[in-house]
Amino acid sequence: MAKISMTVNGKAVSGEVEGRTLLSAFLRDDQGLTGTHIGCDTSQCGACNVHVNGVNVKSCTMLAAEADGAEVTTIEGMSNADGSLSVVQQAFQDYHGLQCGFCTPGMVMTAAALLKENPKPTEAEVRAYLEGNICRCTGYHNIVKAIMAASGQDVMPVAAE
Amino acid sequence: MYNFEFSKPSTVADAVAALASEDAQALGGGQTLLPTMKQRLAQPETLVSLTGIDELKGVCQGDNGAVVVGGATTHATVAADAAALYPALAALASHIGDPQVRNRGTIGGSLANNDPAACYPAAALGSGATITTNKRDIAADDYFQGMFTTALEEGEIITSVSFPVPEAANYQKFVQPASRFAMVGIFVAKYSDGVRVAVTGASEDGVYRWSEAEAALSSNFSASALSDLSVSSDGMITDLHATAAYRAHLVKVMTGRAVAAAS
Ligand SMILES: Cc1cc2nc3c(=O)[nH]c(=O)nc-3n(C[C@H](O)[C@H](O)[C@H](O)COP(=O)(O)OP(=O)(O)OC[C@H]3O[C@@H](n4cnc5c(N)ncnc54)[C@H](O)[C@@H]3O)c2cc1C
Ligand code: FES
Ligand code: FES
Repeated sequence: MAKISMTVNGKAVSGEVEGRTLLSAFLRDDQGLTGTHIGCDTSQCGACNVHVNGVNVKSCTMLAAEADGAEVTTIEGMSNADGSLSVVQQAFQDYHGLQCGFCTPGMVMTAAALLKENPKPTEAEVRAYLEGNICRCTGYHNIVKAIMAASGQDVMPVAAE
Repeated sequence: MYNFEFSKPSTVADAVAALASEDAQALGGGQTLLPTMKQRLAQPETLVSLTGIDELKGVCQGDNGAVVVGGATTHATVAADAAALYPALAALASHIGDPQVRNRGTIGGSLANNDPAACYPAAALGSGATITTNKRDIAADDYFQGMFTTALEEGEIITSVSFPVPEAANYQKFVQPASRFAMVGIFVAKYSDGVRVAVTGASEDGVYRWSEAEAALSSNFSASALSDLSVSSDGMITDLHATAAYRAHLVKVMTGRAVAAAS
């Protein structure tokens, strides 16, 4: 066991982990932050996405020990300071970008990462950026709409596939 | 996943020392190794992370004009920082997996693993790159030795990869739709002394050079130069995604596309 410390959603935290402890397990089991979902545990689905030092990663495919000293943001850290929904989260609600909601934490983390890199993406860029996030419910259409809306762009041109 | 000791040295020398112990293994971005360990197909006693070693990261231009990529540089960094220096290499990196995989996965991990459907082996072989380790320089032509097999010895670390920059190049990947790896991927690069064509995803022996196409394209760099060539399906991969014959067909089609798109 080794002691690790990191900042999670602005708060300093620490814990004892084994070498094999995944970041996803540390966040969920040690920190109780169960908004980070485990959809596949095989690096495919993106439900477990969190930001480590500002970079979007699959937390099921990163060791907790690798995040020692890092700044980590999870879905629990995405709302505004007053607890209201962030622009991206609100857009998912407004545009019905979720059904069961299981993929949504990862979708929101990916959408936020995209808009930081590329504030006005095209529809094609949004779809390409979602390659690592799987949704089994929505068919992606309303997720793409929500992200276009969150970027302040018109959602009307987004065609159904 | 079986348990292991984790260490994260900050210099290549310390990493090499840590890897000298028996059953120690290097950890790059973990995008291949961690899934493999979860399936219990690998069980190192010690994992030595290379992600804390600054000297292994980044893209720069070497003295001879070659583009030099540090062994622990992520695909995302290559996509961004090689774009002006070697656009075809940056474009290849920008289509590996998905953004999250590109944020962690590294060139050293990809070349060490030498998956028969991986993208970087095609760029390295197609560019006649030099793979530099903590011990020596290895020419790409000597480095790839069949699927999942390379010239690397136990505990040897890829410290950098040097790519001579061609006059024109392009990578065409026919994506396997479930995994996004290459069902067939072709890297074509035109140098002043000839054309190189590297094929990934197709052969049971892993990445290889298509020498007939190289000869034809070296005298006439256009897709029409390929018209008389045929690709045998002997030794090509058959799996649920494609037969050997289909892959052989794709090799020629994708090579033509790569030549047409080369810039
Ligand atoms: C969903 C998904 C999609 C993917 N799609 C693609 C794709 O389209 N194309 C593609 O090419 N790849 C793809 N990959 C693989 C990805 O590119 C991996 O990042 C890469 O193959 C391994 O790099 P890594 O840094 O993650 O290595 P790791 O997983 O950490 O290590 C892999 C192997 O390399 C060794 N190693 C690591 N670094 C070094 C080094 N510097 N020197 C010596 N040995 C080292 C390790 O010991 C291990 O044996 C995909 C992966 C996933 C999860
Ligand atoms: S749970 Fe991590 S990618 Fe699916
Ligand atoms: S809303 Fe159910 S998986 Fe995406």
